[in-house]
Amino acid sequence: MRDSATLKFGGKEFHSRLIVGTGKYPDYPTMQKALEASGTEIVTVAVRRVNLDRKQESLLDYIDLKRYTLLPNTAGCYTAEDACKYARLAREVGMPEMVKLEVIGDQRTLFPDNEELLKATRTLVKEGFIVLPYVNDDPVMAKKLEDAGAAAVMPLGAPIGSGLGLRNPHNIMIILQTVQVPVIVDAGVGTASDAAVAMELGCDGVLMNTAIAGAKDPVMMADAMRKAVEAGRQAYLAGRIPKKAYASASTTMEGMIE
Amino acid sequence: MEIRLNGKVREVAEGISIRRLLDELELHPMRVAVQRNQDIIKRDRYEEVVLQPGDTVEILTIMAGG
Repeated sequence: MRDSATLKFGGKEFHSRLIVGTGKYPDYPTMQKALEASGTEIVTVAVRRVNLDRKQESLLDYIDLKRYTLLPNTAGCYTAEDACKYARLAREVGMPEMVKLEVIGDQRTLFPDNEELLKATRTLVKEGFIVLPYVNDDPVMAKKLEDAGAAAVMPLGAPIGSGLGLRNPHNIMIILQTVQVPVIVDAGVGTASDAAVAMELGCDGVLMNTAIAGAKDPVMMADAMRKAVEAGRQAYLAGRIPKKAYASASTTMEGMIE
Repeated sequence: MEIRLNGKVREVAEGISIRRLLDELELHPMRVAVQRNQDIIKRDRYEEVVLQPGDTVEILTIMAGG
């Protein structure tokens, strides 16, 4: 399953394993170029009030809907009820019935509220949504979400926007061994090697926003992330050598002069 | 009459429909979602749903996000 050539969930298939957020870019043209450089096929978006005071440029004018699948999030929701409402509002705006489900439990860390997350997952799955929950790096919770019908699980590598990289790769590995659905690391990536580490572990994908949008050169970083995700995936499939404590010579001793 | 629109009090015509409100605001019905007093109004009901004084209306759209 994890050796599949493409990323599959909810009856959809993607060739890129990098999912990219649309927030925090200096401007829309930069975002547009970064999305292109990243090679992504899925981009996350949010649902918010229309600005009635001044005419704003629409994000959608900068996203080619033939090329990208939009994945609405429920960012900023602190209860299952609110998160479900935002998912339904996104559907009303014409988004696919797919949701990056966030139910936050703490403002400072933006860690998920497991109880509410599970509740919201059950409700939205029943309503026909493809639910992709953002979850702690907790294998027990990941399994519960899979059992509740989540199409993939998205454990955090580190807090949202922190750029700390994968703080507990062992837990991510246990999650990979615990669930059958795709595992997509969401949040915490700071630089290309972080994305590569996630993919080398065998993760099915990586989702990031700040690491690209907040880089000095977002377009160049997006290109680096594309390469890192591809390299990490290849390394995983190629099968790394086991780690050993002592040296093992690459050059034979045979043929040396006496 | 007064309604509360996206968190602010706003004067609108008596008996205005959601469709008409969107037209006045120059918003494309295909690019928004509308919530009235906590209920999401489906797009095919924009013509028939008429606002009442004191209604709380939220108009939402897709924005940038992670």
